[in-house]
Amino acid sequence: MKRVALIHRASGIALALFLPLHFWALGKGLEMDAFLRWTEQPLVKFAEWGLVVLLAAHLGGGLRVLAIEFLDWHEWQKSLAAVAAALVLAAGLAFALAL
Amino acid sequence: MKLLVRVWRGGAEGSLQTFEVPRYPSQTVLDVVTHIQRKLDPTLAYRYACRVGMCGSCAMTVNGVPRWTCRTHVDRVARNETLELRPLRNLPVIRDLVADMREFFDKWQRAKGHFDGTRTKADEFAQIAPDSDERKSIDAGIECIGCGVCYAACDVVTWNRDYLGPAALNRAWTLVVDSRETSTLDRLRAIAGDAGCHACHTHTSCTERCPKHISPTASIAGLKRAVAKAAVAGKL
Amino acid sequence: MLALCVVVHLATIIYAVRGGLSAAEIFARTRGSAGWLAFYSVFVLAVAVHAPIGLRPVLTEWLGWRGRSRELFLLAFAAVLAWMGMRAILVLFV
Repeated sequence: MKRVALIHRASGIALALFLPLHFWALGKGLEMDAFLRWTEQPLVKFAEWGLVVLLAAHLGGGLRVLAIEFLDWHEWQKSLAAVAAALVLAAGLAFALAL
Repeated sequence: MKLLVRVWRGGAEGSLQTFEVPRYPSQTVLDVVTHIQRKLDPTLAYRYACRVGMCGSCAMTVNGVPRWTCRTHVDRVARNETLELRPLRNLPVIRDLVADMREFFDKWQRAKGHFDGTRTKADEFAQIAPDSDERKSIDAGIECIGCGVCYAACDVVTWNRDYLGPAALNRAWTLVVDSRETSTLDRLRAIAGDAGCHACHTHTSCTERCPKHISPTASIAGLKRAVAKAAVAGKL
Repeated sequence: MLALCVVVHLATIIYAVRGGLSAAEIFARTRGSAGWLAFYSVFVLAVAVHAPIGLRPVLTEWLGWRGRSRELFLLAFAAVLAWMGMRAILVLFV
């Protein structure tokens, strides 16, 4: 469980650092095309996929915490971490396919 | 067959000293430490009392994990016939394998881990059904003997020395749910905040390592709910 | 609530990113859409609140930062996120 918690924390930090960049890029308005052309690079595509995975991981970790804190304490909570991980992978795959 | 045992010697500063210990079947880590102190180096400092898994005095770090040495079989933990023994993590070292438990118990007090009631011997007994939700919650956490293993296992204690820790918070929970209790709001105030229950990040190391199979994580989750409820009701 | 927003956002971008992305395409979807404007406004503000709260224990536990200066930094960070986020929303949705 500690690993899940640390992934949750690391993904949160990464997302918090990324967000200002994300908002800045979106705020570029019609000049966005130049920026979007830059994002066509494979390295950037990989980073985008990484970000989607980070967001899904953070969401999964967050759901785990909410479940532990608000639902009755049961052994199946351990499998929640696994479900969270699975959803993360699913999101990452979907994004990869969409690209 | 020999066992190679590296043992912490010194205080906060010190080093690991290596001993060679004869290997026996069904040997526990406590057997090993006792052999070292009695046969090899009488200056080694360590703690034990009951040696049968009831008192928790023998808790120390065995190959990186906090355990009761009397209940840890060498077979289960030795890596390539070697052991590394250190005092419990997150506590000051008095000497060698002996940790200073004072801050552990101080935090217990700071979490208001003591019962406050109003009935006297002149009053009737409180009627608490053993199968009531209240009592089941309390029973799940009441067997704590204050051994410090959960405290040593907790990363938040390592990262934030103010954090009250799993044992103190677990005890506070068993009192918060107790309907006979009269200091509930004071207790909730004591355990809320940055050093309290909200600092728990559910790593669940405490629950994984507790030799009494208590789940401080569940107790702390209960405290989080209780604090949220009281805050929303404007009581805090 | 944030969990729902994130799921919607993820689903939306996965759907929208199909077949490539261009500014014109994005704007075609977003401009003048009151529903999406409302959704993303809520999302941005919720994130602006959530991110600093999440960072707070990290600052204390891993950087040893405590006290007023930490709180002020976090408030500033929240304000920056809210400002940049709403600005992006205005550009995209209005």
